[in-house]
Amino acid sequence: MAEQTITTTRTKAKSNYWKAIAAIAWKDLAAELRSRELISAMLVFSLLVILIFNFALELDITTRRTVTSGVLWSTFAFAGTLGLNRSMAVEKDRGCLDGLLLAPVDRSAIYFGKVISNLAFMLIVEAIVLPIYSVLYNVNLFQPGLLMVILLGSIGYTTVGTLLASMAVQTRTRDVMLPILLFPVVVPILIAAVKASGGYLTDAPMTDILPWLNLLIAYDVIFTAIAFMVFDYVVEE
Amino acid sequence: MQKKPTTLLALDIISLILLGVSTYLALVFAPTEAVMGEVQRVFYFHVATAWVGMLGFIAAGVSGIVYLRTGDLKWDRVEMAAVEISLVFFFITIVLGSIWARPVWNTWWTWDPRLTTAAITELIYIAYFMLRQGIEDPDRRARFGAVYTLIGAVSVPITFMAIRLFRTIHPVVIGTESAEAQGGFNMTSDMKLAFFFALFAFTVIFIDLFWNRIRMGTLADKVEQLKLKVMQ
Repeated sequence: MAEQTITTTRTKAKSNYWKAIAAIAWKDLAAELRSRELISAMLVFSLLVILIFNFALELDITTRRTVTSGVLWSTFAFAGTLGLNRSMAVEKDRGCLDGLLLAPVDRSAIYFGKVISNLAFMLIVEAIVLPIYSVLYNVNLFQPGLLMVILLGSIGYTTVGTLLASMAVQTRTRDVMLPILLFPVVVPILIAAVKASGGYLTDAPMTDILPWLNLLIAYDVIFTAIAFMVFDYVVEE
Repeated sequence: MQKKPTTLLALDIISLILLGVSTYLALVFAPTEAVMGEVQRVFYFHVATAWVGMLGFIAAGVSGIVYLRTGDLKWDRVEMAAVEISLVFFFITIVLGSIWARPVWNTWWTWDPRLTTAAITELIYIAYFMLRQGIEDPDRRARFGAVYTLIGAVSVPITFMAIRLFRTIHPVVIGTESAEAQGGFNMTSDMKLAFFFALFAFTVIFIDLFWNRIRMGTLADKVEQLKLKVMQ
């Protein structure tokens, strides 16, 4: 009887954890579905960045294939900071974060919930930007390899970005702080993602692309682990 | 007012002497290099300051983790001192490197792995100080500093490896050929003496500066506490 109770409590605690993550992610997604402010801002910003790149770089037929991955990832990196900033600022301003912290749930669940919702926003924006870029520059961006790289890169970016955004939003300089904190640390993701995407777009052999994929996966795993261990310290009062 | 401990005072004087001797060894004693000429002498200080920067980097990472585990603010002061020293010494390294590179490689800068990683590390340090400046609460400041130091410390080696992979697969020749030739040179025993002495001297200088800076941090915190008492 006693063993049954212990198992039930443990499984209950575990399912509470997953339920908490799902609840937090769903809260953000539901709020965004109603207002659509975040995604529309990120989307319009991305399109404007692509527009600027059109004038900044000579995207003729020959250079397009090699430069596309760089343009895409620059766009995602900048739009990503917008999304991360707004997402965490909303938590802080409306006192949601304090409410979440009072809930009897592991702090890391809050972190993972936020990561999932931030990742969802970033992926939605990317899903819209890709076809538009394909049409504007006549490049086929719908290759499974490329989509996988975008997923892995976005995961790494949002993992570190959510953690740093939680810190940045508690400083005086707020929004400005996040890019300054994030970009130097996220360089390996940008390098690996650009190289891997470029590899897929130029039909490079798998042996060339594999090291970059490995780097992306390694980075994702390492920083998810670190963020998981360290998030408590970031939201402590 | 606490007097400076005599050990520290002695260390100050020893550091100055060692710096002087190292300068003599590097600028006068060591023979002139055959190919590069006098500018090669910069190398003794360039590697020594890079070494100090590395020591600071590791010290910062370790003390950040220790602070998060113990919560003792002393480790926050140690971490801040380490980051500050590493910031300054890496900057000196970069400047000396540029001075060396210009006549030898015909360029002030290349985007090779070590230089790029050094630049990124400097940016991480600057971000660290900007983060700290934006926070009032000392405990939160310390926690955030430690978290960011940990993230930075883990990402920098990964960045270095990533860029090295980047450059191996796509070797790009920037500037003239000699930039990629990686000008190596053989050291005579005199040069080796100057080199290792510089490393030793700068390690002592690092310990001296580190201790002084930690002490300064402790005194600054005391001043803060006294200020708060007076204001209440």
